[in-house]
Amino acid sequence: MKNLLYAIQQNKRLQAIIVGLYIVVTFFSLYLAQKSVVAFLLLLSSLLLLYFTTFSNRVKWLIGGVVMVVLLPLAASQGEAYQSYMEVATLVGIYIAMALGLNIVVGMAGLLDLGFVAFFALGAYTYGIFATGQANNFMPFGHYPLSGESFWVFIFIGCFVAALFGILLGVPVLRVKGDYLAIVTLGFGEIIRIIFNNLDKPVNITNGAMGLASVQPPRLFGIDFMYPNQFYYIVLVILVTVIFAVRRLEFSKIGRAWKAVRENEIAAQAMGIHLVKTKLMAFAVGASFSGMMGVVFAAKQTFVDPTSFTLLESITILVMVILGGMGSVPGVILGAALVTILNLQVLTELTNWLNQLSLNGVINVPDALSPAKMQRFIFGVILILFALYRPQGLLPAKNPVFDEKDLKDADKLINAGVQKEATQHVHLDS
Amino acid sequence: MSILTVKNLTKQFGGLVANSNIDMEVQKGSITAVIGPNGAGKTTFFNMVTGVYQPTSGEILLNNESIVGLKPHQVTKKGIARTFQNIRLFGAITVLENVMVGMHNHLHGGLFSTILNLPRVRKEEKEARREAYRLLEYVGLESFYNEEASSLPYGAQRKLEIARALATKPKVLLLDEPAAGMNPKETSELTKLIYNMREELDLTIVLIEHDMKLVMEISEHIVVLDHGEKIAEGTPDDIRNNEKVIEAYLGKGAATTAS
Repeated sequence: MKNLLYAIQQNKRLQAIIVGLYIVVTFFSLYLAQKSVVAFLLLLSSLLLLYFTTFSNRVKWLIGGVVMVVLLPLAASQGEAYQSYMEVATLVGIYIAMALGLNIVVGMAGLLDLGFVAFFALGAYTYGIFATGQANNFMPFGHYPLSGESFWVFIFIGCFVAALFGILLGVPVLRVKGDYLAIVTLGFGEIIRIIFNNLDKPVNITNGAMGLASVQPPRLFGIDFMYPNQFYYIVLVILVTVIFAVRRLEFSKIGRAWKAVRENEIAAQAMGIHLVKTKLMAFAVGASFSGMMGVVFAAKQTFVDPTSFTLLESITILVMVILGGMGSVPGVILGAALVTILNLQVLTELTNWLNQLSLNGVINVPDALSPAKMQRFIFGVILILFALYRPQGLLPAKNPVFDEKDLKDADKLINAGVQKEATQHVHLDS
Repeated sequence: MSILTVKNLTKQFGGLVANSNIDMEVQKGSITAVIGPNGAGKTTFFNMVTGVYQPTSGEILLNNESIVGLKPHQVTKKGIARTFQNIRLFGAITVLENVMVGMHNHLHGGLFSTILNLPRVRKEEKEARREAYRLLEYVGLESFYNEEASSLPYGAQRKLEIARALATKPKVLLLDEPAAGMNPKETSELTKLIYNMREELDLTIVLIEHDMKLVMEISEHIVVLDHGEKIAEGTPDDIRNNEKVIEAYLGKGAATTAS
């Protein structure tokens, strides 16, 4: 088995054939068997297969792009289940972006944040308030709801508002560390939710527990975005941007500073890293991804209320990060996809299937035991199992590996002096 | 010319006086050793110089400019780098990246230019990698560059701390027990390295060390602390024959028999 894997790893053509065959087969099985959730999931997992190939990054992105942009929607679009598939895919995208944001805070900078969903709520309410008549209650000027065209601007506003609150939260909170930080952020998450729940008096800003209904759909060139298959593309674009941003930050001066702070605060400071600034940046960048997706979420659901932003949501996002691998971008993407799909597809399908069975009188499963109600139980089990047997996650974080050639060539460019001295030093030693 | 001047430096932790009225001058380009028995306040002294602790009273001048009240990262920016007694590497990242963290203040890529991956940032990163590799070559760790820092053997970890400190481009380098836990061969390599750094990189070195062979071999000036007070200073020969120093290390009886 190992030999076989090795042989495949060495042979790019073989890999191309396997991946190609896999995509074609799953594409047609979904195309022909529209109701098969399994086929949908298998087609999605072609991306995972692609991740393990040894193709260059550009080729991987290209194939992945074709699958996501063309093949998946096309294969799913042949039957009635189209919109529900796209709904799942859209939500997966939203959660991936949020998990990537939390991954910066928890995985890279090592700051345990249990109130992360607050930033998602901030984004959602930012758009929700101004894209419904709600803003008329307190805004002295302007006419609300704003048109759907404003959605595109609000993606950036949501991003900015969440980042701002990330910093506002960070300033007082970063005086505490570890467990205390977790408790304080948990409090923050709850405070934000409760504020949104109660901010209907004295001035009605959020409409309280009633929530904001009929949020304006986004509009571009006169087309309204109403259906999941349209939101799918919005989410895809934002998600790709987010992945690129995270990847670039991870291996930059900023990412290294985050990891240094996580590994050892005192040493990080001794290296000239501004502790507060670095942590605040982690909070702000992480929150901004969430804020953006909050705006999209509000527009997609056309309804925003505080019950969407409970502690369980924060925990769910944290489970995605831990399951996938803290600090690992591919891992977190996989973790977020798995947890979301487990939640939305597997558990609901399983429940439906059991219901069907009990309707037919085959077996009788009590309602309390239906899988959809066991979400928390399943998360708990996942967390315990991973903490015990695979604490580094499904796809553990990898350090960048550099080629010695890139490091040695062109000595002339910088600090040639040290190089000369280094050779002298070798002489002295020998 | 004195590059680092300490005047009347005192640090109290509640009732405990860790450092009391310490005066010290470090000449530019010199190797100065701070020695003393365990608990003498040597590391506290280093922590005050690097901004980890704020002194209760007294002054610390770097090139005649006070650095009291600065945060550790600001002190580093001013040109003081250090290593730690209990090794504090960034264990989960690679050796090369550890050194690159040291270059933090010399890289200028901001948030947006990094996200946009501007050519300027890419070029800077590439040069930073090369320079980090060069520093690793300098301390003799280049073969480990892609390893996780925590997987290095002990002596190599100490050297990596030095390479990382050098990456901040310091004027003054503080080494806190650089030879602790090293075998004789490693210690003699280290001695050579410290000597070379001073000669080649235009550095002033202050070190805390218990290995007297190393201390006597390379330092030009030695300051002895005991119970938070400076009890002696001078050249290695002065210190070797100083009664107070012998007393501090070996007890009263030893001092009288020796003389």
